[in-house]
Amino acid sequence: MGIFDFFKSRPQKSAQTAKERLLIIVAQQRGERGTPDYIPRLKIELLEVIRKYVNVDPSAVQVNLQKEGEQELLELSVVLPDKDGG
Amino acid sequence: MSEVIVVTSGKGGVGKTTSSASIACGFARRGKKVVVVDFDIGLRNLDLIMGCERRVVYDFVNVINNDCSLKQALIKDKRFDNLSVLAASQTRDKDALTQEGVERVLNGLREDFDIIICDSPAGIERGAHLAMYYADRAVVVVNPEVSSVRDSDRVLGLLASKTSKAEQGSGSISEHLLLTRYSPERVASGDMMSVADVEEILGLKVIGVIPESQSVLAASNAGVPVILDEASEAGMAYDDAVARMCGDERPMRFTELKKKGLLNRLFGGG
Ligand SMILES: Nc1ncnc2c1ncn2[C@@H]1O[C@H](COP(=O)(O)OP(=O)(O)O)[C@@H](O)[C@H]1O
Ligand SMILES: [Mg+2]
Repeated sequence: MGIFDFFKSRPQKSAQTAKERLLIIVAQQRGERGTPDYIPRLKIELLEVIRKYVNVDPSAVQVNLQKEGEQELLELSVVLPDKDGG
Repeated sequence: MSEVIVVTSGKGGVGKTTSSASIACGFARRGKKVVVVDFDIGLRNLDLIMGCERRVVYDFVNVINNDCSLKQALIKDKRFDNLSVLAASQTRDKDALTQEGVERVLNGLREDFDIIICDSPAGIERGAHLAMYYADRAVVVVNPEVSSVRDSDRVLGLLASKTSKAEQGSGSISEHLLLTRYSPERVASGDMMSVADVEEILGLKVIGVIPESQSVLAASNAGVPVILDEASEAGMAYDDAVARMCGDERPMRFTELKKKGLLNRLFGGG
């Protein structure tokens, strides 16, 4: 390795990349913790129904279960595609 | 009061059986009455690591099926007379472990032992679920590697919700993180996540750090748990971990890069 190579910006070390990826994965997993097992299935079936009427992307359907005090709230949001066929 | 401790991880091959055997010996060496139970039905291994494979007559499933008494199935360790092993069965029947059977055996063991170590199989299926279900404490074995860390987080989630204690709301089980196969050299070169990285990701402090060590293979070859190799770093690190599990304070060892002397560098000690 030449002396100047040392000063070149070196690529990020792989351990750092691993850590950054894991911080995201773990946050995501913990967000899903405690949600009932039926949520993923429910999401798929809802998507199938919605797609009979509108052609939405799988990522456009969000199902969230929230606790507000004693009450549990199942929140469903669907982002519809742009009018011009997008 | 007896205590059931599960050694678990999610991912396979991270060092659960190695750790179960050493932790069991560590508690026995401290005078506790200990039994270590192999939950890896179909893939019996703990007996080999403990060095008692030739004395297995009856196993865990035999006890569950009432083919023999619990006493008959327990194998006394040759080194500590306060340590016993309950071997896994080699059956391929996935349903050999029943929840009722496991509970019955563990309750039987609670009468005679202070510490019951459950060596969990990999995965999050039946065997792993039952190994953790009745636990009072958990040791989550993790390697500084992406898939192992992700799996251990999933297991931490299960420990918080899918155990008898959690389901009955009778307190939570205490969780220990045990980082194994750690290589300070690779951490220094940036190829391996550090202790601090893993602790930050999982939001949990480690109870011990076991270095990657050649003595582990030698110990398995000989059927002598590595904690009994008192000259090995892995052995000493396991002893520290058990001491911390008993509430002692011990500084972390073998986690920093060793400064190699010139001779060492020339002749490549390690
Ligand atoms: N600290 C260590 N250093 C080197 N090798 C290790 C270490 N811990 C475990 N191993 C090796 O890793 C392999 C898997 O270990 P094992 O305890 O059987 O894992 P598990 O029970 O989680 O499947 C074995 O070959 C074992 O010798
Ligand atoms: Mg194992």
